Amino acid sequence: MDVSMTVNGRPASGKVEGRTLLVHFLRDDLHLTGTHVGCDTSQCGACVVHMDGRPVKACSVLAVEAEGAEILTIEGMANPDGSLSVIQQAFQDHHGLQCGFCTPGMVMSAAALLKDDPHPDERTIRDYLDGNICRCTGYHNIVKAILAASENASIAAQ
Amino acid sequence: MPKDGGIGDSPKRREDVRFLTGTGRYSDDINIYNQVYAYFVRSDVAHGRIAGIDAEAAAAMPGVLRIFTARDFEGVGGIPCGWQITSRDGSVMNEPKHPVLADGKVRHVGDPIAVVVAETLAQARDAAEAVVIDIEDLPAIMDMRAALTPDAPLVHEDMGTNLCYDWGFVEDNRQAVDDAIAHAHHVTTLELRNNRLVANPMEPRVALAEWNAAADEYTLYTTSQNPHVIRLLMGAFVLGIPEHKLRVVAPDVGGGFGSKIFHYAEEAFCTFAAKALRRPVKWVSSRSEAFMSDAHGRDHVTKIELALDENGKFLALRTETLANMGAYLSTFAPSIPTWLHGTLMAGNYTTPLIYVNVKAVFTNTVPVDAYRGAGRPEATYQLERVVDKAAREMGIDPVDLRRRNFITEFPYATPVAVEYDTGDYHATMDKLLALSDHAGFEARAEESRRRGMLRGFGIAHYIEACGIAPSNLVGQLGARAGLYESATVRVNATGSISVMTGSHSHGQGHETTFAQVVGDMIGIDPAQVDIIHGDTARTPMGMGTYGSRSIAVGGSAMVRATEKIIAKAKKIAAHLMEASEHDIELKDGRFTIAGTDRSVAWGDVTLAAYVPHNYPLEEIEPGLEETAFYDPANFTYPSGAYGCEVEVDPQTGKVTVLSFTAADDFGNVINPMIVEGQVHGGLAQGFGQAMMENCAYDADGQLISASYMDYAMPRAADLPMFTVDSTCATPCTHNPLGVKGCGEAGAIGSPPAFVNAVIDALQRGGHDVTHIDMPLTPDRVWEAMQERGVRDA
Repeated sequence: MDVSMTVNGRPASGKVEGRTLLVHFLRDDLHLTGTHVGCDTSQCGACVVHMDGRPVKACSVLAVEAEGAEILTIEGMANPDGSLSVIQQAFQDHHGLQCGFCTPGMVMSAAALLKDDPHPDERTIRDYLDGNICRCTGYHNIVKAILAASENASIAAQ
Repeated sequence: MPKDGGIGDSPKRREDVRFLTGTGRYSDDINIYNQVYAYFVRSDVAHGRIAGIDAEAAAAMPGVLRIFTARDFEGVGGIPCGWQITSRDGSVMNEPKHPVLADGKVRHVGDPIAVVVAETLAQARDAAEAVVIDIEDLPAIMDMRAALTPDAPLVHEDMGTNLCYDWGFVEDNRQAVDDAIAHAHHVTTLELRNNRLVANPMEPRVALAEWNAAADEYTLYTTSQNPHVIRLLMGAFVLGIPEHKLRVVAPDVGGGFGSKIFHYAEEAFCTFAAKALRRPVKWVSSRSEAFMSDAHGRDHVTKIELALDENGKFLALRTETLANMGAYLSTFAPSIPTWLHGTLMAGNYTTPLIYVNVKAVFTNTVPVDAYRGAGRPEATYQLERVVDKAAREMGIDPVDLRRRNFITEFPYATPVAVEYDTGDYHATMDKLLALSDHAGFEARAEESRRRGMLRGFGIAHYIEACGIAPSNLVGQLGARAGLYESATVRVNATGSISVMTGSHSHGQGHETTFAQVVGDMIGIDPAQVDIIHGDTARTPMGMGTYGSRSIAVGGSAMVRATEKIIAKAKKIAAHLMEASEHDIELKDGRFTIAGTDRSVAWGDVTLAAYVPHNYPLEEIEPGLEETAFYDPANFTYPSGAYGCEVEVDPQTGKVTVLSFTAADDFGNVINPMIVEGQVHGGLAQGFGQAMMENCAYDADGQLISASYMDYAMPRAADLPMFTVDSTCATPCTHNPLGVKGCGEAGAIGSPPAFVNAVIDALQRGGHDVTHIDMPLTPDRVWEAMQERGVRDA
């Protein structure tokens, strides 16, 4: 089946089987390997991308369901000049990642949260991250990073 | 004050940019032209005889290249075990065959029986469903005690027993320990289970192998913590490939926690099949597959007895443990319940007499091996639980009881064969009590009580043996390998440096910390130092990363190599300045003649080394590259005091962690930010074990916790912010950096602190509960409260 969508602002198209998942289309066809596969039950969140501005688990969306959609992946998160976005920078500043495998999904979820709720408290952040599993950090520094990003983002917006 | 970016500073991690922009290079991100895909057909029963494999229809399906079974591996070696334990009677352990693919019998759910290789993964998976496996069920051997009864069915019939070994340590102490316990003023006894866990690094395992026909060379990309170990084990023991024809690459690896130390059948299969098919072969584990094929952790059942005198002094300790090996022996499995467990039973205490008995048992379960802490969490859990129980039985404050028995003189030789070099346990305990506001606990408990909640505080003080390990010692203990580490420091002509290390980073941030050390030693910007790891073609033979050994052993090798570089560079600098090399000082990247203002820069010297026009060629060779292999003189002994404050809801049994405080002694710390992160992660895994994680089998051997739907991984909302401190540092005395290692501490110290806190809360609520087995899920806590109702006032 033919499929076309916009990925990180650029048109992307390909031929897929009906059963091909969005995550595999991104990884295998578009070679955007930043989006990871960490489980097979839609639990871990390593594959979170934005589809038409909303966070989705790319393992739970068929590629053909994304026909015509705007997809944003971790590869599209940096600033246009290539520098890290506020959220990415906060993850580095606060050591919010170790092995890096869950990180793309964490960053995409964090970005979606801050879009909806620019000033979340710790409890809100922890609850929001229910669909993203990290095995390295104990979440401590991820929560710190998102809190810091929410402050920095509001400074940037002023 | 640490130098900017030097030892003791916390520069941001250089690894992070690639991970934050999706440009990391994990094994599954690598694809080789013309590759094909392997899909494993695995046993869906725990124990059975393979009566037939019908792959005819599957083999004819679209895209299928070949279907492999055990028959294809005749003449190929089995998966080897790297450690041999000797039983109390002097016999060596029973070591079963571990074929790459199940041969005749299946022995656990997930045991690989056949492999379909096809052009696409979907085709391989489709065809795998068409492979018909006829298995005659045999009774599953699940319970360790039952497995050791005389008429138990056998996991391996040819061994005649399900016992792997019966280990006594220290055997000469046995009678004295028995006598001391028989005559003691007080003996506290506790029976407990250390629950089986699954490591669950977020990146599932991957193997991708290719074979170059022209050169008869193999390359294996694999998710490993130690590519050289895989090359040696797989090359020498399984496939018969000499090292110079086999390259093993472990690129970015998404966490390991021990589970990626071991050599697995899938690595050998892909490497073997790549040559057989003359195509690159890729296998990517699914998470469900990981649950039934990654080595599991823990799974000990223990009875521990602690004898005390009337003043609470520990007189003797005796433990009997059954350790589950699973169906086969994984790479380091036999060493975990023995040398990484028995040797730690002294803990932080002066107990003079200790005897540890471990019976390792085969069952129809996934093999069990090292998982974060590996043996040391099991030791610490038993000890810190029994000490807490003893304190309660004798009416002594648990902090006080620990203090009465702390080791205070170093070095200290324990009765279980190790010698602690440094430590200050009172200091870490003091730090914990201050940071956790222990003094204010009663008021907080009262406040909880008014709300109808039960608050408790639990303490654990741990010790671990890290910096694994002195090779001559572990050789005597049964290791079939050395445990040194290596580093090559290659100084380039313009002064930049490439360090090739045998250590492997899969989240620990070595690329940052190792560069801090070398930059600091030479006095140059760490940005000029690159750390290269994870590729046998680029790094010297090294043993990899586990056992909190990287900075203590790998870092020491790197320091030794850098010292050689500095010594040679001083000779060159002396020549350039026509001075004696003994007068040359290196500071901030400049070589100065002591007491003068004459100097040459680092870059002048490195350039001279590679453009040796003005150079002492008759004395030293050109170039500036040195290698060191470092074999540690002893283990390192990190220690710490952990405190956990919880609230139990008596209506539901739900436990909430209100605060957790860790006061650790890691010796010197290279990068405090990274060390804190390591502790956070360890704590979360320890909490996971204590609160929610459980690898569960039913009586028939079905793995009933084989997905994230069923195996409770800690999520962000399950955990608190942690308070961690590592300022109570007593530097290690026998390695050049004075470091001890920090990777496993959190997972070792937190489970007993958590369980002690819950028991404290229940006791304060009047429930006479003395123990609950992990994980302390709400139903287990609630049930315990019902069984042990509120005491009469």
